[in-house]
Amino acid sequence: MTDSSWEKSISEPESGMVPTGEGLPRYRKLRRRSVVATSLVALTPLIIMVIINFYQDKEAYIAESRYAVSRILSNTKRNLEFIIEERRSALSLILNEQPYQKLNSPGGLKSIQKNLNNSFGGFVDLGVINSEGIQTNYIGPYELIGRNYRDQAWFNEVLVRGVYVSEVFLGHRKLPHFVIAFKHEIDESDFFVFRATIDMSLLSEQITTTQLDQNTDVFIVNSNGILQTPSAFYGEVMDTMSIPVPKRIQLVETIDEFDENSRVKTRGFSYIKGTPFILMVLRQHENIYVHWTYHRSGIIWFLLLSIVLILIVIFYGAGHTVKRLRELDRRRAKIFHNIEYTNKMATVGRMAAGVAHEINNPLAIINEKAGLLEDLIKHTDNFPNSDKFIAITNSITNSVERCSKVTRRLLGFAKRMENKVETIDLGDLLREVVGFQSTEVKHRNIRIGYNIQENLPTIQSDRGQLQQVFLNIINNAFAAVDNGGSIDITIADADNKRIAITVTDNGVGIPKEDLEHIFEPFYSTKGEFGTGLGLSITQDIVQKLGGEIVVESEPGKGTDFKIILPISGRGIPYQG
Amino acid sequence: MGLFRVLLVDDEEELVTTLQERLSYRDIEAEYSLTGAEAIQKIREKKFNIVVLDLKLPGISGIETLRVMRSEFPNVPIILITGHGSPETTDDLPKGAYEYLPKPINIDKLVAVMKEALADK
Repeated sequence: MTDSSWEKSISEPESGMVPTGEGLPRYRKLRRRSVVATSLVALTPLIIMVIINFYQDKEAYIAESRYAVSRILSNTKRNLEFIIEERRSALSLILNEQPYQKLNSPGGLKSIQKNLNNSFGGFVDLGVINSEGIQTNYIGPYELIGRNYRDQAWFNEVLVRGVYVSEVFLGHRKLPHFVIAFKHEIDESDFFVFRATIDMSLLSEQITTTQLDQNTDVFIVNSNGILQTPSAFYGEVMDTMSIPVPKRIQLVETIDEFDENSRVKTRGFSYIKGTPFILMVLRQHENIYVHWTYHRSGIIWFLLLSIVLILIVIFYGAGHTVKRLRELDRRRAKIFHNIEYTNKMATVGRMAAGVAHEINNPLAIINEKAGLLEDLIKHTDNFPNSDKFIAITNSITNSVERCSKVTRRLLGFAKRMENKVETIDLGDLLREVVGFQSTEVKHRNIRIGYNIQENLPTIQSDRGQLQQVFLNIINNAFAAVDNGGSIDITIADADNKRIAITVTDNGVGIPKEDLEHIFEPFYSTKGEFGTGLGLSITQDIVQKLGGEIVVESEPGKGTDFKIILPISGRGIPYQG
Repeated sequence: MGLFRVLLVDDEEELVTTLQERLSYRDIEAEYSLTGAEAIQKIREKKFNIVVLDLKLPGISGIETLRVMRSEFPNVPIILITGHGSPETTDDLPKGAYEYLPKPINIDKLVAVMKEALADK
C-alpha cells in the first residue's frame, strides 16, 4: 500500500451529495406561495385600472349617445316646427289677406293652392266649410263639396281652439296626411273654417334625412302611441309603438335611458308645439362589452401583454429566489457537514495518535527482546542452528519495523489533522456560528444578545476548531432554553494576553451532580440523543488551542460557559 | 568498566531491562529507573555520562525530569525516546534534548547517537 492511498480515501469529504433538509416539496410550496402573493400584488392594481377604464368608457359611451340624441332631437324638432309653422303662417296670411269670396270660389281657391304649392309645397287640398259644417268649396283630388263635418271631432276642436293641427290619417290613396284648420270670423255673427290637408311626407322626408345609422331611429308618434311616420324599430305609419308613450312634459326635450329586450337605448322626445305630434329619437346601444373591447383593444392587448410579462417575471423571479434559497440551504448544510467532518477527522486523528503511542511501547519491547535474542546468539560460541535463529530474529525485527512504519504514518496523519493557525475576529466568528442557527433563532423566537468589548484584538487560532467549539456551546444553549428564551454572548479581555468569551443562557441549567461530569467523555444527559462526546471534545479542542473552558450553572436559572483563549498562538496555561 | 555509563529512564521495565542487557553486550554500562523521581535521585547519587529518557512517565513527567536534569547536570546529554513519534510527526517535543528517537528504537542507532553526543561534549 502506498503511503497516501488510504489517507486520501478518508480525508476527502463526500463532495456533492449534501442533503438540503426537507427536500423538494418545501421549495415547491415556497415557490407557489411567492408566485401567488406577488401576482396578486402586481396584477390587482392593473385589473382595477382596467375595470375603472371599462366603466369610464361606458359612461363616455352613454354621454356620447345622449349628445347625439339631443342634437338630432333639437335639430329635427326645429325643422319640423319650422315646416308646420311656415304653412300655418301662410294659411293664416291668406285668411287675413284674401276676401272670403275668393276663398269660396273654386277658381280663387285653386289659384291660392297653386301659389301655396309653388311657394311651400305639400298642400294636397284646400277646403272652406261654413259655420253649419257644410263644405262649401274644395280644391283637391276628391269630390267633397257639400259634405257635412259638423259632427266630426276635428270640426268641433277647430271651433273651440281656433287653430287645429290633426293627427295623421290615411286618405283614399293610403298616403299619410295631416290637416291644418282655421276658424275665421266673417263678421260678428258668422264664421267659416278654412281647412288644408298637407302631405305627411314633408315631415317624413325631414326625418329620414337626419337618420344617421342603423342604431338610430327618428319618428313621430301621437299621444296614443300611433306612429305618424315610419319607424325603423317599431313599424309603419299607423302601427302602434310597442313602448309606452312618454308623458307630456311641456315643450321640454327629455332624454333618458331604458332597457328593451335586454338592449339599452337612449331615448329623447319632445312634443311639437301646437300639434299632437311627439318627436322621438332612439339610439340603440351597441353591446357595451363588444364596444369596449373593440374601441379599447389597445388597452386590452396592453393588459394581456402586461399580465403575461408580469407572470413570466414573477414565475422566473420566484424560481430564481427559491433556487438561491435552496443553494444557500445547501451551502449551509455543507458547512455543517464539513464542520462535522472536520470534527470526526480530528477525533480520528486523536485516536490514531493514541493508538500509535500505545502500540509503539510494546513494539519497542518486542524489538528489544528480539534484539537481545540476536545478541545472545551472536555472543554464544557454537550456538546450534545460529543461522536459523538469526534469520528468525531478523524476521521479527523486520516485522516490528513494518509495524512502526504504520504507527509513524498514523502519527503523521494525526499531525495533519491538527490545527491551522490564522487571524480571527472573535465577534465575527461568533456571529457566523450563531448565523448557522438563524432559522432556529427565528422559529423559536430566541433573543441573541451580543456584548462585545470595543477595540478587542484579533487572536491567532484555528478557525475550524473554534467554530466547532462555539457551535457545540451554542447548540447546548439552544437545547437548554425554552422558546422565547435568551442567549447572551459576551466577549471581553480576560487579561492582556487572553480573551474570554462567555455564552450565557437563561435555560434549565445543569444540576450540581451533572456539572462535575459534563466534560467527561460519554457522559450524556440527553439519553439516546447525545453521544456524550460534545463537551469532552470541546474541552479537548480548547485545551489544545491553549485555552480553558469553565462552566457555572444554577438549575432553573441558566448556564454560563466561559472560554478563555490566548491572543497569540498556544501554550499559555490558564491561572484563574 | 565499560565505555561509558548510561541511565535509562522508562516506566516499561521489560524495555529498560532488555536494553540494559543489550547495551552490556556493547560494553556500555546501563542502569535504569522506572520513574522520573527515581531517575533524578539516581543521577544525583552517581555519575552518568548520558541519559536516555522516555517522555511519558508516571508522576514527574519526562519534560519536568528533563528540565531538572538539564539545570542540575548541564553537561550530561539527554536523548529522548518517545512513542509519540519524531520531530517530523509532532510539534510537542520539548527543547533541551540532544536528540529524539522514536520507539521502537534501533540499538545500533542509539549507540551511534550516544557516542556522537559524548564526542560533541
